[in-house]
Amino acid sequence: MTDQAAAPAEAPGAPRTPLRALVLAGGLTFEREVSINSGGQVVEALTRAGVDAELHDADAELLPGLAVSPADAVFIALHGATGEDGALRAVLDLAGVPYVGSPAAACRLAWDKPAAKSVVRAAGLSTPDWVALPHSTFRELGAGAVLDLIVARLGLPLMVKPASGGSSLGVQKVSRVEDLPAAMVSCFAYGDTVMVERYVDGVELALSVIDLGEGPEALPAVEIAPESGVFDYTSRYTPGLTEYHAPARVSDEVAGRAAEVALRVHRALGLAGLSRTDAIVTPDGEVHFLEVNVSPGLTETSMFPMAVEAAGLRLGDVLSRLLARAASEGPIRP
Amino acid sequence: MPDPSVGTGQAGAYSSGASPHVSPRHPRLDPLADRYAARTHGMKSSEIRALFSVVSRPEVVSLAGGMPAVTALPLDAVGSMIGELVSGMGAQTLQYGSGQGDPRLRERICDVMALEGITDASPTEVVVTVGSQQGLDLVTRVFVDPGDVILAEAPSYVGALGVFQAAQAQVRHVAMDDDGLIPEALEQALLECRARGERVKFLYTVPNFHNPAGVTLTEPRRQAVVALAEQYDLLVIEDNPYGLLGFDQEPMRALRARNADRVIYLGSFSKTFSPGLRVGWVLAPLAVREKLVLATEAQVLCPPSLTQYAVARYLDTQPWREQIKVFTELYRERRDATLESLSALMPAGTTWTRPDGGFYVWLKLPDGLDAKLMQPRAVAAHVAYVPGIGFYADGSGREYMRLSYCYPEPDRIREGVRRLARVIEAELDLHSTFDAVDTGTFRAVNPAAARPGTDRVTPPPVIGPANTDQSEGSQP
Repeated sequence: MTDQAAAPAEAPGAPRTPLRALVLAGGLTFEREVSINSGGQVVEALTRAGVDAELHDADAELLPGLAVSPADAVFIALHGATGEDGALRAVLDLAGVPYVGSPAAACRLAWDKPAAKSVVRAAGLSTPDWVALPHSTFRELGAGAVLDLIVARLGLPLMVKPASGGSSLGVQKVSRVEDLPAAMVSCFAYGDTVMVERYVDGVELALSVIDLGEGPEALPAVEIAPESGVFDYTSRYTPGLTEYHAPARVSDEVAGRAAEVALRVHRALGLAGLSRTDAIVTPDGEVHFLEVNVSPGLTETSMFPMAVEAAGLRLGDVLSRLLARAASEGPIRP
Repeated sequence: MPDPSVGTGQAGAYSSGASPHVSPRHPRLDPLADRYAARTHGMKSSEIRALFSVVSRPEVVSLAGGMPAVTALPLDAVGSMIGELVSGMGAQTLQYGSGQGDPRLRERICDVMALEGITDASPTEVVVTVGSQQGLDLVTRVFVDPGDVILAEAPSYVGALGVFQAAQAQVRHVAMDDDGLIPEALEQALLECRARGERVKFLYTVPNFHNPAGVTLTEPRRQAVVALAEQYDLLVIEDNPYGLLGFDQEPMRALRARNADRVIYLGSFSKTFSPGLRVGWVLAPLAVREKLVLATEAQVLCPPSLTQYAVARYLDTQPWREQIKVFTELYRERRDATLESLSALMPAGTTWTRPDGGFYVWLKLPDGLDAKLMQPRAVAAHVAYVPGIGFYADGSGREYMRLSYCYPEPDRIREGVRRLARVIEAELDLHSTFDAVDTGTFRAVNPAAARPGTDRVTPPPVIGPANTDQSEGSQP
């Protein structure tokens, strides 16, 4: 692989100057550490691909810095709010700075897991039943009565998760009804709305999508098999505690269906550039949408880079092509 | 790609020769996963650590880290002193040194220990270490086999618990109160261990301005602990990094000053001078010292020469006792800001210790609250603390947190406590909603609803914000 993939579209034979990329990582969220790891990997991969990449936090120095020393494009390796909820992208739109990935409005939708599930279900895809409620609803209507209704309709086990956020932080599987109130309390520490979802047993897949300019394309599914049975923060970020298989050990038919789900999710939510859909395949071969990430993890233990590698691609080449595309398309007008 | 019909195939346009069906790495991301030592398996990524990463942002008031206020040092003077050590004495300061540590520094260490009543120590009994943390690791290596029992206060220093875990020791906690370790609880623990046929290798204790509890072992209890050590043939590891940081009183007489045979003393310059230099020490009887020196040579060959010279020169040429006074005045002001804010703002049911020195307040939350589970809310409110669970080897301590006042300015401390009070109030509000739920009265679970994947099979019991017009039949 040569440096050429990194350069913006230019006339053949013209001298190429390296693309200048600002990689944003850190932020003021629960996922700061994960983001810093992602950002470091991105800078390393981009540098190897010939891009002049620099790491920066999303802080008060960002906008003045961009004004003084503009980048060809920004790569957002921030996880959690600001980076993924569309807010930062809206600001970059105002500043006229191009960036890789989905536009602000699409991010806002994808960030809100219950809203994204509604859109995905309306698009005809399968997703486990759920209910998302703020604390105030439990307080006003009585937590016992509401939880009773939830268990009666969604059954057990249940997945309890924050309505927004990633890295599996705050996610719990509840198998016994007596554990449910405590699970709600600990989940509400992550945000004001909790989503309770019917538990679906099956093979967990991470479905990465990239769009290098010719439309979204699904990468091979990555299968996740945590030793503990639950893909929580520790399983996710401690090498050795989870087995990953790329491509997933599923039939070609299931793999094709999973890829189609990922592409339909990507389009239904109006995503761009890259995304990672998390899904479960039940024993009957059905693929169930769980959630989608507009800023997928890019750490050493993350699934998006595994999918890129399983496709026979290099992360640096994919990321530099995404950057070149963002740079050539220019900023989004707010 | 598993399904060539999906995607545009553009990937193939710029990839060549790669085999797409070979798993690119080891499935566990770690080809050495089955070779680790048993003690390594406990080392995992934790949410607590992840949540801590925000403390480096200036928006967050960190009451978490125990970082000494090193900017209160005369940095210019220290800087030129260290410069001279390199330019004038580079042949020594940049060279290997003795495994036991620089003799001149060991003499000065004895002068420092005399302030706490240890007047019989000889420089030959002192081993200089890379911080007292290495000293603790050495002592543990020298004495502890896997499965051995170590007694430690409840709570205990998290860095010590890490050393004990790595040594695969069993830690039995001994209760403490506002007067420090409770001698009756210590005797009880010794009797219990004896009844179980367990040999206690040593008691690990931080008698002064305890980390994390903030309390100090009183004079009568010091006598009682030493008497118990003699009665029960108990070895005591006295870890004393904070002893000279009292706000109102003279330093208390060390346990080691009362018994030179049964007490091994760990000291440190991290809080009285600089933690970045990593200079600490162990004072141990000669036979033990010999083994410590062999152990440290196997570990690090010798402690760093330059930083040992720096500490010795600092003690020789700078007004270090006056500097400790500067530190303690600073910490006293911060302690006062902490205690005043806590009194003014904390909700009923919250209690805390009142330290007379050192860095820490140990806070107990109202009934039912869990400091670890509450941590994400605190991060969102831009205040950080250390959840109590980390200071126990047995998973208890969930209702506690450690607050450090050593680093933030008083105004920041007040703001941090204000934020923390709001976090606790919000958590109490949440508990008042969910704690009274009696799940025993819930109706029977509809078994059909619990079948996996039933969103495809049964009519949708949609109670979420989904569009209820959407029939399941329209799914692919």
